Amino acid sequence: MAEPRRRADVVIVGGGIVGCSTAFFLRQRGLSVVVLERWLVGQQASGTNFGNVRRQGRYLPQLPLANRSREIWGRIRELTGSDVEFMPVGHVRFLWSEEQIDVVEAYRREAATYGLELHILGRNAIREKFPFVGPEAIAGSWSPHDGHANPRLVSPAFARAARRDGAEIVENCDVLAVEKVGEDFLVSTAQGDYRAPVVMIAAGAWAAGLSAAFGQPVPLKAGGPQMGVTEPLPYFVHPVVGVATATAEEVIYLRQIPRGNVIFGGVRRGPASLGAERAKYDPDGVFAQFRQVLRLAPSLSHARLIRTWSGVEGYMDDNIPVMGASGKVAGLYYAFGFSGHGFQTGPGVGDVMAELIATGRTTTPIDDFHIRRFGEGGDAGSPG
Amino acid sequence: MADPRIIIVGAGPAGTRAAEVLVAAGLRPTVVDEGSRSGGQIYRRPPPNFTRSHDALYGTEAAKARAVHAAFDALGDRITYRPETLAWAIKDDRLHALKGSRSEALAYDALLLAPGATDRVMPLPGWTRPGCYSLGAAQIALKAQGCAIGERVVFLGTGPLLYLVAYQYMRAGHAPAAVLDTSSYGQQLSGLALMAARPGQLLKGVRLLRALRRGGVPVLRNVEPLEVLGDAHGVDGVRFRDADGSERRLACTAVGMGYHLRAESQLADLAGCEFRFDPAVQQWLPQTDAMGRSSRANVYLAGDGARLLGADAAETAGRLAACAMLADLGHRQDARTVARLQRAMKRHARFAEGVARAFPWPHALAAELPDATLVCRCEAITAGELRASVTALGAPEVNRAKAFSRVGMGRCQGRFCGLASQEIVAAACKGRVEAAGRLRGQAPVKPLPIALLGEDGRG
Amino acid sequence: MTIDGACVEVLEGDTVLTALMMHRGFAGHSPFGDGRRAGFCMMGACQDCWVWTGEGDRLRACSSPIQDGMDIRTEAPKGLWPIPG
Repeated sequence: MAEPRRRADVVIVGGGIVGCSTAFFLRQRGLSVVVLERWLVGQQASGTNFGNVRRQGRYLPQLPLANRSREIWGRIRELTGSDVEFMPVGHVRFLWSEEQIDVVEAYRREAATYGLELHILGRNAIREKFPFVGPEAIAGSWSPHDGHANPRLVSPAFARAARRDGAEIVENCDVLAVEKVGEDFLVSTAQGDYRAPVVMIAAGAWAAGLSAAFGQPVPLKAGGPQMGVTEPLPYFVHPVVGVATATAEEVIYLRQIPRGNVIFGGVRRGPASLGAERAKYDPDGVFAQFRQVLRLAPSLSHARLIRTWSGVEGYMDDNIPVMGASGKVAGLYYAFGFSGHGFQTGPGVGDVMAELIATGRTTTPIDDFHIRRFGEGGDAGSPG
Repeated sequence: MADPRIIIVGAGPAGTRAAEVLVAAGLRPTVVDEGSRSGGQIYRRPPPNFTRSHDALYGTEAAKARAVHAAFDALGDRITYRPETLAWAIKDDRLHALKGSRSEALAYDALLLAPGATDRVMPLPGWTRPGCYSLGAAQIALKAQGCAIGERVVFLGTGPLLYLVAYQYMRAGHAPAAVLDTSSYGQQLSGLALMAARPGQLLKGVRLLRALRRGGVPVLRNVEPLEVLGDAHGVDGVRFRDADGSERRLACTAVGMGYHLRAESQLADLAGCEFRFDPAVQQWLPQTDAMGRSSRANVYLAGDGARLLGADAAETAGRLAACAMLADLGHRQDARTVARLQRAMKRHARFAEGVARAFPWPHALAAELPDATLVCRCEAITAGELRASVTALGAPEVNRAKAFSRVGMGRCQGRFCGLASQEIVAAACKGRVEAAGRLRGQAPVKPLPIALLGEDGRG
Repeated sequence: MTIDGACVEVLEGDTVLTALMMHRGFAGHSPFGDGRRAGFCMMGACQDCWVWTGEGDRLRACSSPIQDGMDIRTEAPKGLWPIPG
C-alpha cells in the first residue's frame, strides 16, 4: 500500500455527508484533500437520518442553499456514479388544524420569492391526490419537487467519488487535536499527523469541542433521531409525508420506498452520547410515534415494525447550522450543527464550502449561519 | 435488597431450572416466554388436546422432558408466569414485553436471558422453495403437529440434530430418502475423544447411526450441497457433489437442512452485553464468566442463547446463573453445589467442543455460493448483491454490507442469513470471518404491530 | 375454517401453517417476486410465514393454532392499501 498522503491543501475533520461532499467538490476544483473519519463515512447523523430531500418548511434564509443542493440531487448519480435511491416524488405536509392554514399560506408566499413552488391543497384535493391520508387532515401543503433518498448510501457515494477523483478518505481515524502551527494546521490522529493550510471542521455533534479549542465555543447538543421501518407493504405512499404543526408531539414524518418498507421518525428525540459509537432507539417512544403515524396513514394499522435505529446528531440551540470561515483563525472553516435537517442541504453545503475555500467567496448567501452569531471571532483573521 | 425484581426470559430447560433455584431461595421471578406452554423448543409441549405420550414425543429424551416439565409445573404460582409474551426490546434496565398487541415495560433488578437457539443454516440455491425447512422445523412438525414435512425427505447439513431428526422420521414411519452430511468421516472421528466426556450421549449417537443403517437410510458424508431442486410449487430433489467429487441428484419432496445451532443472542445484544468470537463454533457469542454473568452487572445468560452446549448443559447453566444472581443479591450459596455444577459444565463444554470438531460449520461453502443464490430470505438479497457491497461499494465489514445491500434488514433481523452473510463478506474481503464483524441487533427482536396498545390498553 | 375462501377440514391442535401446507401447499408470496414461501423454521423465528386474515389482521402461521371460523388468506384482502390511481 502506498504511503498515505500526510499533507494536502485541505484537511476535513469528519466524513459525513458534508465532509465527503466537500471533498468531492474540492477535487472538482483541483485542490488536494484528506478526509479524516472517526468510524466509517456517513455512520452517524448522515447515515441514520430519515432521508428527507425536503426544502419545504425550512428556515427561509436557508432556501438558496437548499435550492442549490436540490440541483445537485438531480445530478447525483451522474456526479458520483452511484444510485443513491433519490426519488423526487414530492413532499406534502398535512394540517390538523385551521390555525395552521395561515401559517402555511404565509410560508408559501415567502418561499415563492426564493423560487420554491408550493401548493396549498384543500380537504378534497388532498384525499384525491393522497388517498392514504387519515380523516383528521384538513389541508395539505404540497412541494412537488422535493423527495427522498437512502441516507445509508449517500455519504459513501460521495466518499467513493472523491476517492476516485484523488481525495484521500481515511476511515477509523480518530482526530486527537487540531492546532495551528505557523501557517499550517497540524491535525494529530492515532494514525499519525496531517498538515494543511486549510482545515474544515465537519464533525457533526463532535464539532463543538474542536471549535472551542480555537476559542469559538458554540451551544451544540447531541441528540438521537428515533427511526423505525415497517415490513414491506404494497407501494401506496408515494410522496414524503410530514405535518405542519406547532405542537412538538405531533411532529411525525414518513416515506415509503418502492420496495414497500415505510420509514418513519419524529415525535421526540432520544438522548445521544458523544462517548458512544451508537445511540439507541428508545422503545418507550414507540406508542407516541405509532399514534402519530396512524393519524397520517391509518392503513398502517395492518403493518408491523421490523427495525428501529438511532444515531448521533448535533443540534444547535437555535436550530441554525454553523457554516463558513471561522473569521478568527485564518484557514479554518466550519460546517456542522445541521440540527437533524442537514441531509437535503448536505451536497449543497459541500459545493458551497468548496467554492468558499477555493475562491474566498460564495455565490450562495450563508452569512446567517456564521459562527460569529455566538459572539467573538471575526476580527482576528480575514474570512477565506 | 428487599424483593428484587427478577425477570427470566425463556421457559426452556435453562429458564426452568433457574426459576426453580430462585424460588427455592424464596424469590419470585417473572418468567417471560414466547411459547404457550413451558419446555422451550427442545422440550416443546404439544397442544393440550394432543394425546401422544412423552415417550412417543421425546424418545430417548423423554425422562428429561418429563422432569423439566414437572419442575416448571411445580413452580405453580410461586413465579409470575407470562406465556405467549415476546421480549422485544431492552433498555435502561427495563424489558419491553409484547402479548397480543399490548406492550408493557417491566423493570428489573436482575435479568436472566435464556432464549435458546435456532438452526444455523447455510443458504443454498432453491432453499426458499415451499418444502425446504430447517431441521428444527422438521422435528417440530413431527413432534408438535404429528406430521412429516414431506413424503420423501432428504436431510442435509451436519451436526447431531441431522441424525436425530432422520432417526425420528424413520421411527415415525417416514424413512428419509437420504442423510447428506457435509462433514467427513475423518472429522467425525477426530471429535470422538472430546465427545467421550459424555459417554452416554456419545453412545446414543452411535446407536442412532446404527439404527439408520439398519433401517436402510443412506448416509453420505463429505458432501457438498449444490441446490434444492424444484419449481414455484415445491421441492422435487436435491443436487450435490459426493465425496468423490461427482455431481449427483436425488429425488425428494422435502428437504430438512441445518448445521447445528445458532444462539439467539439479540436480547443480550440489546441489553448491551459484550460479545466475543468463539473460534470453536465460529460464532460471536455474548461473553460470560463461568457462572453465566454477562459483561453487564445485572444481566445473566444461560442455555444455548449464550453457549451452544445443548439441553442438558442448559439445565446446569440455568441453575448456575441463578446461583450467581443469588450470590450477587447477597444470598449465601453452597460452594459444593456450585463446584459440582461447574464441573458438569466443563464436561458439557468438552463434549460440545468435540461436536464442533466432528461436525464443523462448512464456512468455505459460503464463498462457493453462486451469485444468484438468495442469502437473505426476508429481503430477497442475493449472494452477488452482498458481494458487490464489498467489492464495488467498499463495505469493510458486515454491518456496512448490510447498510448497502439490505442483507439482514428484514423481518427476521438476520437470524437466518447473518452467519452466512458474515462468511460471504469475509470471503469477499479476503479476510477472516471474525474480522468481518458481527451483525448488530436492533429492536424489535420480532415484528411489532403498529396498532400497538400500551399498558393502559390505549394505542 | 377457510383458506383463500375455500372451506377446509382441519385437525384440532394444528397450526395455521400445518393447515396451509395440507390444503394450499404454501403460506404466501415473497414481496419481491421470487416465488411462493411456506415458512422455514416453524418456531416463530424466521418470519417467513406471516399470513392475513379476512379482516386484515396478520398471523404468524407457524405459531398460531387454528380456531373455528378462521378466515386465512395467503394474500392481503383487497382494499387495505389505498393505492393511488
